[in-house]
Amino acid sequence: MIKVLVAKPGLDGHDRGAKVIARALRDAGMEVIYTGIRQTPEQIVQTAIDEDVDVVGISILSGAHMKLIPRILELLKQNNSNVAVFVGGIIPEEDAAELKKLGVIEVYGPGTPLSTIVEGIKGYFEHANV
Amino acid sequence: MEIPEIKRDYENWEEETKALIKKYPEEGNLKTTWSEEVKRLYTPLDTRDYQDIGFPGKYPFTRGVQNTMYRGKLWTMRQYAGFGTAEESNKRYKYLLEQGQNGLSIAFDLPTQIGYDSDDPHSLGEVGKVGVAVDSLYDMETLFDGIPLDKVSTSMTINATASILLAMYIAVGERQGVKREKLRGTIQNDILKEYIARGTYIYPPKPSMRIITNIFEFCSKEMPLWNTISVSGYHIREAGANAVQEVAFTIADGIEYVKTAIEAGLDPNVFGKRLSFFFAAHNDLLEEVAKFRAARRIWAKIMKERFKVTDPEALKLRFHTQTSGSTLTAQQPENNIVRVAIQALAAVLGGTQSLHTNSMDEALALPTEDSVRIALRTQQVIAYESGVTKTVDPLGGSYYVEFLTDEIERKSFDYIKHIDELGGMINAIESGYIQQEISNSAYEYQKAIESKTQIIVGVNDFKIEEKNPRKTMKIDDTVEEKQIENLKRMKKNRDMSAVKSSLENLERVARSDGNIMYPIIDAVKAYATVGEISNTLRKVFGEYKESSII
Repeated sequence: MIKVLVAKPGLDGHDRGAKVIARALRDAGMEVIYTGIRQTPEQIVQTAIDEDVDVVGISILSGAHMKLIPRILELLKQNNSNVAVFVGGIIPEEDAAELKKLGVIEVYGPGTPLSTIVEGIKGYFEHANV
Repeated sequence: MEIPEIKRDYENWEEETKALIKKYPEEGNLKTTWSEEVKRLYTPLDTRDYQDIGFPGKYPFTRGVQNTMYRGKLWTMRQYAGFGTAEESNKRYKYLLEQGQNGLSIAFDLPTQIGYDSDDPHSLGEVGKVGVAVDSLYDMETLFDGIPLDKVSTSMTINATASILLAMYIAVGERQGVKREKLRGTIQNDILKEYIARGTYIYPPKPSMRIITNIFEFCSKEMPLWNTISVSGYHIREAGANAVQEVAFTIADGIEYVKTAIEAGLDPNVFGKRLSFFFAAHNDLLEEVAKFRAARRIWAKIMKERFKVTDPEALKLRFHTQTSGSTLTAQQPENNIVRVAIQALAAVLGGTQSLHTNSMDEALALPTEDSVRIALRTQQVIAYESGVTKTVDPLGGSYYVEFLTDEIERKSFDYIKHIDELGGMINAIESGYIQQEISNSAYEYQKAIESKTQIIVGVNDFKIEEKNPRKTMKIDDTVEEKQIENLKRMKKNRDMSAVKSSLENLERVARSDGNIMYPIIDAVKAYATVGEISNTLRKVFGEYKESSII
């Protein structure tokens, strides 16, 4: 079973999207943990390691993504973690491209169907053979 | 025509129609946002008599809070704005005022809202992003530079740190020679919905309610023109609530504030006049109009029957409306102009006192100046060209709208009764009941989009291949650095002993049952920062930790 940590970094309290995605992933048969709002990158990475998750799904709408997500990726690397990072939120295209270069698997913008996200995560594990 | 005759004719008509739809079936999403079937036709059989509707300016205010409504004065056009440094935001406010806007609405960044200075580790990446960064009175002075506070009314979206920002506003007014009793505006100051939906809480509910009561008391004595709270359904709706939940949970929050203030010895006939509300306007035009009408009637009844308020001014639910951010699409963003127009029309037909129209590019980024102008123009077209302002409550008497108004009222009272049974709104929030209800509605709605029961134009139907990304606004990355530099410079220049003694005094008052507004005013005048003042109160009150519900 794929185990997912849905995480809200930074001070952004808008977590409708994070909660909807968490429920959709759970309904799709994954095991889901939601961090709640206002998590620091350090807290998120610690939870990901403690809970031994396969995926971290980061939801962010405040515009702080280019500071917070690279920090999470860096901390994961420092901990030799190979967890797959997916991102959702209001992320301009050039930032999304940059984040993917840094190791984010996929960035989902507003209006993305739930099924696309579920398939995206499942597909990653089928193809990556991890 | 008498009721029995209407009933007979209606039944005949239904029979005939049922035969017809065998041949031409009906289709589409024929439900309310709270998932009830909408009838094919509404008639006098579905509405109560007109006593419940009454007259505008008269109890129970179904038809509006003033006798003449927009014939006398249009609503206040008030665009929510703020980003980057105080200097940049000041420029945008001046631009909006030049374009014919008549009230300011200040967006603060998240660190300011949650009581962290720009150089706090929690603030990393957030400085100046979703609003303007304000660390100290120094920033507030820049923010309102050249804007006469005796001429504009200012709405501030600020909750956990509302007391601090209000204190700064008072101090800026004094510098301009405007006394606090002349200042007009609103602070949002609605902490309960922060626990439910928006997330910028600091302290646990109990001390938070005490701070709010201190503000109520202070303003009833010193700022008679200031709206001390904007009880907000907006964020509850945007978090996924349906129209009934929006009204019910907002009114339930309002009840909690009134209860707490009465317990603290305040007179609801006095502070009741300074309560205001804030709702969302979504796409379902007629349902939204009914929602605003129902909210007014419910509140008037509660203030009169439950809290024994006698002054008619304190029975009136006055409200600000913002069109819905969550209905805007990143796909074919121009379509959002149309959505905003429909939503703004709903707010006006529902009798709003002020209105913010969202910009078409908000699902992509902060709005550009051009798209903000279109949003403001949308209001101006409704105000000056559509003709809906010519008469008061033009949809009053529509069988469907009156039916929905009654229905929303009835269902909201069911929720309020249930919340009372749970021991009031604070208990209902702490137990997670409210959040769970909203989360369920949000998920159902998303599933309706997935299954195409709910069509979103350009998203799950009527799609096109979209070209290059459009020009969006970006916050310069150097804002954070600049703001931190300014903060450091300000700290060097202030009298540290004055800061220290003002914070010590604040701590002392916070530990007593005194009113913290007075020591906060002294502290901001000594240039104590938002973070320093909040940390002082954190020491006394502790911090709230939510249990996350999915």
